[in-house]
Amino acid sequence: MVRRTYARWCGRRGAERTPPTRFTSQAWAAGYTNEPKGGTVTLGFNVPQTGAYADEGADELRAYQLAVEHINGGGDGGMLNTFTSKALKGDGVNGKKVVFVTGDTQTKSDAARASAKRMIEKDGAIMITGGSSSGVAIAVQGLCQDAGVIFMAGLTHSNDTTGKDKRANGFRHFFNTEMSGAALGPVLKNAFGSERAAYHLTADYTWGWSQEGSIKKYTEQLGWQTTAAVRTPLGAGDFSQYITPVLNSGADVLVLNHYGRDMVNSLTQAVQFGLRDKQVNGRDFAIVVPLYSRLMAQGAGENVKGIFGSTNWHWSLQDAGSKAFVKSFGTKYGFPPSQAAHTTYCQALLYADACQRAGTFRPSGVGAALAGFKFDGLGNGPTEYRAADHQCFKDVLVVKGKEKPTSKFDVLEVVEVTPRAQVEYPASMLGGELGPYNDGA
Amino acid sequence: MDAILLQVLNGLDKGGAYALIALGLTIIFGTLGVVNFAHGALFMLGAFCAVSFKSLISLEKVTLDPTQKTAWGTPLEIREAYVESWFGDAGTLLINYSVPVSLLLAIPTMLLIGIAMERGLIRFFYKRPHAEQILVTFGLAIVLQEIVKSVFGANPIPQPAPDVAKGMIDFGVAIGFDAGNVVYPAWRLIYFLFSISIVGAVFAFLRFTSFGMVVRAGMADRETVGLLGIDIDRRFTIVFGIAAIVAGLAGVMYTPILSPDYHMGMDFLVLSFVVVVVGGMGSLPGAVAAGFLLGILQSFASMNEVKAILPGIDQIVIYLIAVIILLVRPRGLMGRKGVMEH
Amino acid sequence: MSLAPERRDLIVLVIFAAVVLAAPVLFKPIGAGYPDLLQKFAIYGIFAIGFNILFGLTGYLSFGHAAFLGVGSYTAVWTFKLLSMNPVPAIILATLVGGAFAAVIGFISLRRTGIYFSILTLAFAQMSYNLAYSVLTPITNGETGLQLNQADPRVLDIAFGRDYGAVLPSSDLFGLDMTGYPGFYFCAVVLILCFFLANRIFRSPFGMMLRAVKSNQNRMNYTGLNTRPYALAAFVISGMYAGLAGGLLAVTDPLAGAERMQWTASGEVVLMTILGGAGTLLGPVLGAGLIKYFENIFSAFNEGILMAGFDFLPETLQHAAVAVSSLFVGEGWHLTLGALFMLIVIFLPGGLMEGINRLVAWIGRRGGGGGGEAPATAPQTAG
Repeated sequence: MVRRTYARWCGRRGAERTPPTRFTSQAWAAGYTNEPKGGTVTLGFNVPQTGAYADEGADELRAYQLAVEHINGGGDGGMLNTFTSKALKGDGVNGKKVVFVTGDTQTKSDAARASAKRMIEKDGAIMITGGSSSGVAIAVQGLCQDAGVIFMAGLTHSNDTTGKDKRANGFRHFFNTEMSGAALGPVLKNAFGSERAAYHLTADYTWGWSQEGSIKKYTEQLGWQTTAAVRTPLGAGDFSQYITPVLNSGADVLVLNHYGRDMVNSLTQAVQFGLRDKQVNGRDFAIVVPLYSRLMAQGAGENVKGIFGSTNWHWSLQDAGSKAFVKSFGTKYGFPPSQAAHTTYCQALLYADACQRAGTFRPSGVGAALAGFKFDGLGNGPTEYRAADHQCFKDVLVVKGKEKPTSKFDVLEVVEVTPRAQVEYPASMLGGELGPYNDGA
Repeated sequence: MDAILLQVLNGLDKGGAYALIALGLTIIFGTLGVVNFAHGALFMLGAFCAVSFKSLISLEKVTLDPTQKTAWGTPLEIREAYVESWFGDAGTLLINYSVPVSLLLAIPTMLLIGIAMERGLIRFFYKRPHAEQILVTFGLAIVLQEIVKSVFGANPIPQPAPDVAKGMIDFGVAIGFDAGNVVYPAWRLIYFLFSISIVGAVFAFLRFTSFGMVVRAGMADRETVGLLGIDIDRRFTIVFGIAAIVAGLAGVMYTPILSPDYHMGMDFLVLSFVVVVVGGMGSLPGAVAAGFLLGILQSFASMNEVKAILPGIDQIVIYLIAVIILLVRPRGLMGRKGVMEH
Repeated sequence: MSLAPERRDLIVLVIFAAVVLAAPVLFKPIGAGYPDLLQKFAIYGIFAIGFNILFGLTGYLSFGHAAFLGVGSYTAVWTFKLLSMNPVPAIILATLVGGAFAAVIGFISLRRTGIYFSILTLAFAQMSYNLAYSVLTPITNGETGLQLNQADPRVLDIAFGRDYGAVLPSSDLFGLDMTGYPGFYFCAVVLILCFFLANRIFRSPFGMMLRAVKSNQNRMNYTGLNTRPYALAAFVISGMYAGLAGGLLAVTDPLAGAERMQWTASGEVVLMTILGGAGTLLGPVLGAGLIKYFENIFSAFNEGILMAGFDFLPETLQHAAVAVSSLFVGEGWHLTLGALFMLIVIFLPGGLMEGINRLVAWIGRRGGGGGGEAPATAPQTAG
């Protein structure tokens, strides 16, 4: 694996690259930002390498390397074999070999933007992708719009990324809180009935609010009551002071709108306070974690057992695309990929495919090829990149913590695959303006 | 009423951790005059003693079954923990009790780490300005946590409490409440009792042993004690080791409450300094009292009834208290006047 | 070769200005010759110079300076949104608001000294950060950070007939775009002015007074002189520098995030200053450059680059070298940074400037046949 990376880098070093260009808002020149002139095209992989999401970032980077390998014709081809678009032939993109540069977002908007700017200004990256939080995704998306390069979002779940803060140059494959709510609603109703009282603990920042809003909306449609929605500081560590009020509140469902370490800690502690085994109003108390990450769920250990949530993708899916990807990733790295790895791999493939179909790397051309693009074979069933908001619409997985895991990767089981039609919403609902594509100069 | 009682329990529990870290910080500051920014890292290293011990005793014999494949194409691995295959039920029991048992591993490990730190680095900084002490120990903290990250990864690693301590205890019945109103997780009560006993042990050690007496004398007036011909340096090395043990044990026992990750020390660092300052620099009882006090106030500030009046108060309450205390009573709750004013 | 201090300062200033303005060419060979990093060098240089006016001269160690930087950024972005995309009003307001915020916090915090002062500033900064991230989201846009919008009012621009059309505007100085190299030169000119100003402060009677505060405050107080107004003035000036730096961050990249105010960001400027040499004029700028260089360049080294770097070794050695060095770069860059702090603090307590001075003295001794005195070019260290 090391040697293959090396070969790519030798190619990279020999390549001509365009000098750093000035950011400009008007596409007055014939060229576009970082137009590849030599035999290679450079992609920028901007992932968290330090901080709480470093493991997720590392998994994203693995997936990107795998995608580049497959696009350049190496390895077993992975999901290129199952992808319905057959534009990519395993000889790079538009006759150019794909090379990449990496950077550390630190899960901070400032650092992520600095890192993306380095890739654009210094390394000549034509596309930026990655990230493990919505704040970073929105910040980098805005930057890419200004700079005139395409942004393929990584793991970002907030509605805002393709809602209020959407940009023409930005595209998201991952799902959002609205879809989580729509998918979870019916499953929760089947599992727990329609007369429940829910207590929300919500991470006190934009993503948390977005998710709280979506879950409230769909559970209240079912007839559930919302007893309280309490905001918790990011990184609170010990959540006991927020959990004890739940005990005697009369609520019989606890919704944890937390992600990452907050999720691990609040879930562990909620179980510690006996909430999973509690009886309220003659019903079994239930805990729901609307956004699950298998990688993070491992940190909560056996506490996830039986707990419902939603996820973008899971390695145990049995469609041809997922199986091909899991096999390809597992053979190379020795363990199954996470949902973060899956979404970033798909994004890299989708971008390369769009460039190939458009016959150019010009953002407006690539964007036109991606917008409205319908495809299948990437593990989520028939999918569409909706033109109106650059959001992928596909089936959503509702999962549950597995009671009898067979390995440390086998944490979640898929309860239901909610069909795409059920999670679709009108693009106008979330507001925002795409604006025009920016090709830079 | 029961809600308030529960919040007091939450506060005592959180306060236990704050108090133990602050206690160690204060011992180090009081005896050695060193502001140790790596103290949070010691707490984290303690927690990772538990992680290491657990992974050590759950080392597995891996046999590959080539006839079966995993979904990702590698041969299926059949795993069996060595400890269980060697000791049977006793092995299973050991794995179940790994957190409390790893205290035994943590004591010598943390003592060694503490002594190594003091001899290898800290002693060269006794006479240097506080800013440099802060910087070098902060650098050390980063190095330690990055090493842990490169070994254990960045994700939290779950450390369950023993099965017997996983349940809830109906605490309220004992003090006259109706059954079911004041129930509290057993492990958290254990943690509170544990922190009290560690605090008690440290105080007893300082008060009733001749070693402790010299250390206390050194805290009060280092030069005079040195003039008496007592090798104060060697004792202070051991004192540093003891402070490291206290932080480490606090970390070990905290793992079932907070799944440990490499960054947990930094999260406690700022907080524990606030605790030390509120308690009064150099005052051991002050550090302990402030730890519990801030824990309890933090819990109360998080109650919905309070947040309804002052939104966001739970985000800042600790710092707000620190500001008020420092302005009203600059030496802290129990500090002596003039300590660390310059 | 003993020059008059004024003369020496002038020479240092001219060389400094020349190096700063030629930075795009000079830093190219080490991979730092691109606009964003150069802007960051200049901006954090300003931040560190300002911090040094407080810490280097008075010895007050503030652990909350990032709050002023953050406030400056928010002010600048709001100025863009409400008034004009021209950077001049933005940085003026950012400086003023940064200074005003510093005046409030300084007034309270300076009632205490030593570590109590540090904890007070830390507490204020953490409160600002926590609130900006959550409750104050309507003003700060929380986690995502405050961004520009097409629909922003921009009353001054409208009044002068500037219309940005359907695209997101970027900051421009009367038509000169503030991203890319023009943005860097804008920051560079401000940096040189700030450096000059700091130099004047260091040499002024006010600067002497501040040094006296550092060396023995009690004695100053016994002489019947109230030192607090002096310390507060220094605090406000350094808060204004921080606000200015925050404003410039927004000028070159119109987004203001709350994490700019976190205690680690405050810690960063302390590290920059001490790394470079507290109390020296040039040190903080050097320290700021070094840390930003690490953050942006070391973190980007991946296996591919390392393999190419160890090209000259035989293959097995190459792999070993890559395995070892990859611990320190890429995702391990924090480790390198931590180790570097320790090494510098242990061996060069005066920071990089002390290293440079020792080097100069050593060369001077060798060249000059062993003159005992340190050469006159040694920057003055305070205290």
